[in-house]
Amino acid sequence: MKKAVMAVSGIVMVLYLIAHMIGNLKVYTGRDSFNHYSEWIRTIGAPALPEQTALTIIRVVLLAAVVAHFWAAVSLWRQARRARPERYVTKKAVAQSYASRTMRWGGVIVLLFIVYHILDLTMGVVNPEGHDASPYDRLVASFSNPFITAFYVISLLLLGMHLRHGIWSATQTLGQSNRRRERTVNAFAIVFSTILIAGFLIVPFSVLFGLVD
Amino acid sequence: MTASMQSSVGNPADEKLGMNLTLRIWRQKDPSVKGKMVTYKVTDISPDMSFLEMLDVLNEQLIMQGDDPVAFDHDCREGICGMCGLMINGQAHGPQQTTTCQLHMRSFKDGDSIDIEPWRASPFPVIKDLAVDRRAFDRIIQAGGYISVPTGTAPEAHATPVPKADADAAFDAATCIGCGACVAACPNASSMLFTAAKVTHLGLLPQGQPERDDRVVNMVAQQDREGFGGCTNIGECSAACPKGISMETISRLNHDLLGALRAGARPKS
Repeated sequence: MKKAVMAVSGIVMVLYLIAHMIGNLKVYTGRDSFNHYSEWIRTIGAPALPEQTALTIIRVVLLAAVVAHFWAAVSLWRQARRARPERYVTKKAVAQSYASRTMRWGGVIVLLFIVYHILDLTMGVVNPEGHDASPYDRLVASFSNPFITAFYVISLLLLGMHLRHGIWSATQTLGQSNRRRERTVNAFAIVFSTILIAGFLIVPFSVLFGLVD
Repeated sequence: MTASMQSSVGNPADEKLGMNLTLRIWRQKDPSVKGKMVTYKVTDISPDMSFLEMLDVLNEQLIMQGDDPVAFDHDCREGICGMCGLMINGQAHGPQQTTTCQLHMRSFKDGDSIDIEPWRASPFPVIKDLAVDRRAFDRIIQAGGYISVPTGTAPEAHATPVPKADADAAFDAATCIGCGACVAACPNASSMLFTAAKVTHLGLLPQGQPERDDRVVNMVAQQDREGFGGCTNIGECSAACPKGISMETISRLNHDLLGALRAGARPKS
């Protein structure tokens, strides 16, 4: 059951990532447009709904998904350790992909990245410009720093690999794969992860190389 | 011509004869003590020997020397019983995708060092040396890997038509011999491929339908109770399986499991 929880919470987060990636590309429409987009997310449905209604719902759903995903991962990790207390002296990997091997520690790094990312660009507390700056200025300030950009790039590449195995694994866990579809599912996982991560990466690189300032 | 060249020209088999190997084997007197790797040398091993025959040679040596022979499981030595199974140089059943008894010494080179370990999983406790207790698999089968029909004379084959594609897929799954290589190879020590093969085998056939939902929930509950790890779809199991059971069976098990849970099936406690 925990694996179904893992798969479903993962899918919820992937759906959010798609929207997040597309939203990021607004940065190319200029400072005002980007800041306005950020403002719009906070006022969806206003004035009929109180400010931040949609955003709060998204945040609650995402937080629940992260907690569920983390719980499932920790419990599978512990189960695996209990199932093999004595390790092999010699063990050779034959079939596993790098992506599948880095799911656990890669997932932990991605989680730490998300915490940093929220402190940096959402709350602005660790942002070079501080939390009073506009979203656009905060973004430019962070990605003008090569060290911050490098951290984003490494984390996003790990996330891409995490998704590459995650999409395949979720398809298996939800019983939607078969011999005929196996290749298609894996190919889709690779293409989808690549496009999504490329969409995310293009923004920091644009700032770093001065295309966005 | 030197003497050695003459002999290799005269009889090509001579050249291959006499493989000398270094074996590092897990020795453990009984489940209560800690084991360790012990190094042995074997000489004059024919490339035509099976891996188990090579171990027989070692054991004869050990017996002659008055030492305790290495305990390992084996039975049919034809690749169909599922009794043998060793971790050979870090791979379940060694470098070929077959059973240990069907692995031949021609897969190794003269002078090779070979590490031999038992399957490692807490539900497969070591009995002695390389022999492990795999009764956890029997208990998973007892939890639902059967059909409840009266025995008697074989029914008329045409009475229950089965589509060819289903029969083929069911038979592919039914080739599982329960050797445990999937568990041994899995980084999580999960028994998912084994259970999935059994669930798929019966779930695809008309005779398996009445108990299909109960079967999957009970077998999965039993493998969790036995203490196997959870499947994370890495694929080491299928790559190590001597019968090449595919990852498709795992998806099929998950499909049946979610369907059964939605339909209200719950494991017997």
